[in-house]
Amino acid sequence: MTKTLIGKRVLRNEDPRLLTGQAQFVDDVEIPGLLHAAFLRSDHAHARLLGLDVSAARQRPGVVAVFTAEDMGADWEPGPPLVSPPPTAKDVLFHSRRQVPLAKDKIRHAGEAIAVVIAENRYIAEDAVEDIIVDLEPLEAVVDLEQALHPGSPLVHDDLDSNLAAHLFQKKGDYEAARKQADLVLQRRIIIDRGAAAAMENRGIVADWDERSQHLTIWDTTQAPIPIRNGTAARLGLSENQVRVIAPFIGGGFGPKMMMFYPEELVIPWAAKKLKRPIKWIEDRRENFYATTQERGQIHDVEIALSRDGHILGLKDIFLHDTGAYDPYGLTIPLNTQCHAMGGYDIKNFTTEVSVVFTNKTLVTPVRGAGRPQGIYVIERLLDAASKELGIDPVEIRRRNLIPADAFPYEHGIIDQAFSPLILDSGNYWPVMQKALEMIGYEKFIRDEQPRLRQDGRYVGIGITPFIESTGVGPYEGARVTVEASGKIFVATGVGTQGQGHFTTFAQVVAEQLGVAVSDVRIVSGDTAEFHWGTGTFASRGAVVAGNAIHAAAVIVRRKVLELASKQLDTPEDELELEGGRVRVADIPNRSISLAELANLANPLRGAVEPGTEPGLEATAYFGPRYGATAFGAHAMILEIDPETMMIEIKRYVTVEDCGTVLNPLILEGQIHGGVSFGIGNAYYEKLHFDENGQLLNASFADYLIPSATEMPRIEVGHVETRSPLNELGTKGVGEAGTIPVPALFAQAIENALADRELEILESPLSPNRLYELLSRKEAG
Amino acid sequence: MKPAPFDYFAPTTVEQALAHLAEHGDEAKVLAGGQSLVPMMNFRLVTPSVLVDLNSIPDLAYIQPDEDGGLRLGALTRHHQVEVDSLVAARMPLLHEAMPKIGYPQIRRRGTLGGSLCHADPSAELAAVSVALNARFRLRSPRGERWVPAQDFFLGLFTTVLQPDELLVEVALPPLPARTGASFLEVARRRHDFALVGVAALVSLDENGGCRQARMVFLSAGDRPMEAHRAADVLTGHAPTPEAIRAAAEIAASDDIDPSSDIHATAEFRRHLAKVLARRALEQACRRAAEMK
Amino acid sequence: MPKLFDLALTVNGTRFEQAVEPRTLLSDFLRHDLGLTGTHVACEHGVCGACTVLLDGEPVRSCLVFAVQAHGHSVTTVEGLGSIEQLHPVQEAFRQAHGVQCGFCTPGILTTVVAFLDDNPDPSEEEIREALSGNLCRCTGYQHIVDAVQLAAKNIKTAHQQPAR
Repeated sequence: MTKTLIGKRVLRNEDPRLLTGQAQFVDDVEIPGLLHAAFLRSDHAHARLLGLDVSAARQRPGVVAVFTAEDMGADWEPGPPLVSPPPTAKDVLFHSRRQVPLAKDKIRHAGEAIAVVIAENRYIAEDAVEDIIVDLEPLEAVVDLEQALHPGSPLVHDDLDSNLAAHLFQKKGDYEAARKQADLVLQRRIIIDRGAAAAMENRGIVADWDERSQHLTIWDTTQAPIPIRNGTAARLGLSENQVRVIAPFIGGGFGPKMMMFYPEELVIPWAAKKLKRPIKWIEDRRENFYATTQERGQIHDVEIALSRDGHILGLKDIFLHDTGAYDPYGLTIPLNTQCHAMGGYDIKNFTTEVSVVFTNKTLVTPVRGAGRPQGIYVIERLLDAASKELGIDPVEIRRRNLIPADAFPYEHGIIDQAFSPLILDSGNYWPVMQKALEMIGYEKFIRDEQPRLRQDGRYVGIGITPFIESTGVGPYEGARVTVEASGKIFVATGVGTQGQGHFTTFAQVVAEQLGVAVSDVRIVSGDTAEFHWGTGTFASRGAVVAGNAIHAAAVIVRRKVLELASKQLDTPEDELELEGGRVRVADIPNRSISLAELANLANPLRGAVEPGTEPGLEATAYFGPRYGATAFGAHAMILEIDPETMMIEIKRYVTVEDCGTVLNPLILEGQIHGGVSFGIGNAYYEKLHFDENGQLLNASFADYLIPSATEMPRIEVGHVETRSPLNELGTKGVGEAGTIPVPALFAQAIENALADRELEILESPLSPNRLYELLSRKEAG
Repeated sequence: MKPAPFDYFAPTTVEQALAHLAEHGDEAKVLAGGQSLVPMMNFRLVTPSVLVDLNSIPDLAYIQPDEDGGLRLGALTRHHQVEVDSLVAARMPLLHEAMPKIGYPQIRRRGTLGGSLCHADPSAELAAVSVALNARFRLRSPRGERWVPAQDFFLGLFTTVLQPDELLVEVALPPLPARTGASFLEVARRRHDFALVGVAALVSLDENGGCRQARMVFLSAGDRPMEAHRAADVLTGHAPTPEAIRAAAEIAASDDIDPSSDIHATAEFRRHLAKVLARRALEQACRRAAEMK
Repeated sequence: MPKLFDLALTVNGTRFEQAVEPRTLLSDFLRHDLGLTGTHVACEHGVCGACTVLLDGEPVRSCLVFAVQAHGHSVTTVEGLGSIEQLHPVQEAFRQAHGVQCGFCTPGILTTVVAFLDDNPDPSEEEIREALSGNLCRCTGYQHIVDAVQLAAKNIKTAHQQPAR
C-alpha cells in the first residue's frame, strides 16, 4: 500500500474551532450555580503555621465556605507519589515527601496553599482571602543547594535528619581505571538555574458533583486525565466510573501539567463534593509562578578523561539536583540528566552520582527537556574545553566520539527514567551533524566570513551542538477505533493534547489504514468516559506511544473491514482497496461498498450472527515499547554580540532532527520552532530569581522574560529519517528536541564570538548583565 | 488577580474631575490609559477606593503647533497618536524616535502622555524626553493653573509635584534651537521591556561645528530622569571631538547618574551601559546636527 | 453592596445592556457575563496580549480596561471576525500556515493582526514582528505566525485587486 498520508503536511482538523474562539478550555466551562475558588497562599518560604482565623472571611457577603487543613479532617492527606524511585537501580536512597492539600503546621515554600475560599465569584473570593488572619513563625529558609546539605542547616522536613531527599549512584565500566590512561583530565563546575514552563494557559479545575446521580465530573488542565480520575476516585471513596475527568483543549502543557496531584486537584473536588455545588478554580499568572512546578536547578562537578587525539575515555558527573519543597516525581529528572550526560558519544566509562536536595522553593517536576538539557550542557561544555586544551577542532572532536551507525542498538547499561537499562535503539549521528554544518555553511563562515567581520570590528560567533533525546517511553497507551454508521471514523485515546496537533496526526495514522479523508476522522483524547486506560502526555511520547496504539487498532479495523467487504463483494481480500471511504475491487471501480454500509451490516438489528462474532467495525489496541526510542539532532547558530552592551542578535539558526518516521512535517516544524524558542528563553532570557529568603523576585511576565517575536530568529529545519525498530510506525518523539541543546549552543557561540576575550562559560541561563560580570572578572584576572 | 472594589466616576469636564479629586483626596486615583495603573490594581499593589476616569473628557487629546515653532500636546493624547504624528516627526525628532520604544503596540493605543508623565516611573521614556526638551507642564486645580518645568516636576520614584486635587492638562514643547541633532537610545532585554538604561541626547552646533549646547537626560539611572549636567559642561562650548565625547560620556556615567541594582542589572552594569549609550547618542546627535544647515 | 453601573455597549455588532460592578475587567465581562469565551486571559497585567480585543477598532488589552470604560463604545472580539463556516481571511491564513498550536494566544493575535493589516497592508517581516511583539506565544516560536500574516496580507491584497462583478 502506498503511503499517502503519513509524512504529509496535512492542515489541522482542530484549527477552525481554535481560530474562531469556539474551542473549549477549562475556564470556558460554565455550569449553573458555579462557585469560584481562591487560595490563600503563603508569603513566606519557610514558617511554622501557628494559627488561622477565617471567621471574617466566612462572614463576607458572597462567601459560601472557607476551608483549612483542619476542616478537611480525616480527608486531609498528602498527594500520592507520582513516580517511585527506580526499582531496578542498585544504589538508591529515596525519602518520599509529597505535597499537601492545605498547609498544616508548617509552610515549606512561598505560595504554598494555606486555605481556600469558595465564593460567588473570583473577585469576592480574593477579597475574602485578604480577610484571613494567619499567625506564622517565620523560619530561616533553605535556598542554596550546597548550604542545604551543611550540617546545622534548617530542615525543610523536620522528620528527616538532613535536606537530602534522595541519592543515586550509577556507573558504567570503570572510570577510575580509564582516568589513569588519560592524556588529559579536565574538571569543571557547572551551574544551571531554574526556569518556568509558563504555558500561556494557567492551570485550572472545575469539579461538579451531582448528588442525585452520585457522579463527579472534573475538567482539568492536566496532561494526565486518567491517573487524575483514578486517584481522585480512590481518595474520595468512589468507584472509578463515578468519576469522569475531561482535559479539553489545553493551552500548552510543557510538563508541569503532568504533575499531579497538585494541592488544588486534592482540594477542589473534595470541596465540590462536600458543598454539593460545582466549583471552579482558575490559577492566575502570579500563582502560576509559585504554585506550578518548575525545573532545571542543578550544580555539577564534572570530570572528563581524554586521550591525546580527543577520544573520551571516561566521564564523571557528581551533581546536586534541586527538587524544591517536596519530591513526588521521584528521580525522573536526574535520571534523564545522567542518561544524557554522555550525549550521543561512545563513552565506555561513566560514573555518576546525584544528591537530590529539598529546598524551600516551589516543587520541581519535568519542564520541557526534563533534565536532558542539563546533561547535554555538561558534555558539550566539556568537549569545548577539551577541544581548546588539545588544539582539536570542536567539530572534529565531536565527530571522533559520536556513536557510529553500525553500533546500534547501543547499550549504555545505566538505568533510565523508565527504569530500564539505557539503550539507544537506532541512529545515524554524524550525517545529521554534517547536514547541520552544511546548512549553516560552517566552514565558509569560519574561513571567510568571520575573519572579515572581525576586521570590521564585529563580534559574530558560530556554534554547533549535537544531542540525543530519549523519547517515546512506556509504559503504554491505548486507543479504540470505530467505523461509525455514517462511515466516519471515531477514535478515542487516553493521552491529552496541548497543542501538538494530535487531532490531526492521529487522524492521519487512521486515515492511512482506512482510506478516508483526514477530516473524516474524529479524535477524542483526554476524556476518561471515552477511554480510561493510559498514563498521559509527557516525555515526548504522545505520537510514538498513543500513535502506535492507534495504528495497531486501525490495522485491526482494516482487517475486519476487508474481511466483511470480501464476503459482500465476493472477492478475495488481496484484490480489494480502501479509498475515499469505500472498499473497491481493484481495477473494477464500480464494484465497491461504502464503509457506512459495511458498518451497518456489521451491526444488524435483526437476524442471527455466527457464534464468536464481534459486532461493529471496531478495535481496541495497546502499545507499550520495550524501551524508549532515542532521537538525535544537531543545532547550529550564528550569533552577533555587541561587546559593549552584551545584547545579542541571532543571525541564523539551523536545526537538523532525526526523529524517525515523520507523521506530519508541518506539525513537526511547529514543534521544533516552539522548542527552540523555549530553549532560547532558557539560554538568554529566563531565570527565576529567588532571594535568600526563598522569595521569588520576578513572579510576573514583566520580569520573567519569555521571548517575543522580535527576539526570535527564523529557524531553518532540516531532517534526516532513521526509522526506529521499536514500533510499527518507526517513529520517535520530538516534542522536547528544540529545547535540549540550546543553552549549550549559546555558550559555545558566545565564547566563539568573544574568542579574543578567552571567556569560558559554565553556567546557564545567561544574560547581558551576567556576561558583563564574567568578562569584567576575566579582565580583572 | 482581580482588583479591590472602588467607586467609579467618569466626569465629562475637567472641573468635574477636579471636584471629585478635591472631595476624595488621597483615596482617589486618576485613570487615564490605565496601562500602568490597572496592572498595579490587579496585583492589588494599589487599592484606591475611588477612580476618576478622564477618558470621557473631550478636548484633552490634541497635538497642535505653537506659533514659535514648538508644540502643544493635550495630556490625554494616546502614545499612538504621538507616534504617527507628522508634526512631531518634523519638529521634535527626539520625541519621535523615543515613541516606538514605549511598551508594546497595544499599550501605545491606550496609554497617554499625561498618564506616563504623572506615573513618574524613572524608566519612562517620556519623562526623560520631556526634561531633555525643556517641556513645561500645565497643571490645573480648583485653585487655578500653574506651569511647572519638566525638570522640577519629578521629585522621585513615582512621585511628582502634583497635589492630590491637581491634574496635568497640557504639555508645551518649545522649539529646538537651530542645528540641533537629537538621539534617543536605550538598552532593553527584550525589544519592548523597560530599559535597563536609556538616554535622550540633544546637541546644538554653531556655524564652525563647535558644540553650542549639549544635553543628556538618562532614564533608569536614578529615581527620576537624570540630567547629566557635568557631562554637558564638558561639551558645551567645545569642539565635539571623539575624545571630548568620550570624556563627557565617562563623566555622565560616573558623576551624573545614580542607578540602582535589580534582578536585571547591577548598578555597575547600568553605569557601564550609560557610558556606552551616552557616547553613541552624542556621536549620533552630532552627526545629525552637522547634516543640518 | 457594591454600587453598580448601568453599562451599555456594542460587542461584535450587538448591543448589550447590563449592570456591572466598576471593578469588573472587560476581559471578565466578555467571557463570563456575555459568554464570549474566545478572548483568553493569561496574565492580567498587560504583558502577554492574549486578551487583546478591538475597542473602537483599536487593539487594546481587555485585562487593563474596566468594562464600564467601554460604556458607549464598540468592542470586537475574535468571535466577531469570522465563523467556522466563513473564516476571516486572516483566520484562513493562520490555518494554511499552521500558525496555531494550542490556540490560547491565538484570539489576541488575530485581533492584533486584523487591526495591523488594516493600517499596514503591505508589511515587511520586521514590521510584522514588531506588531506582534506585544503578543506572547509559548508554542510556535512565532515563525508560522509571521508566515500567516504574510500570507494574509498577500491574500487580502489579491482579493482587493479582483475586479468587482
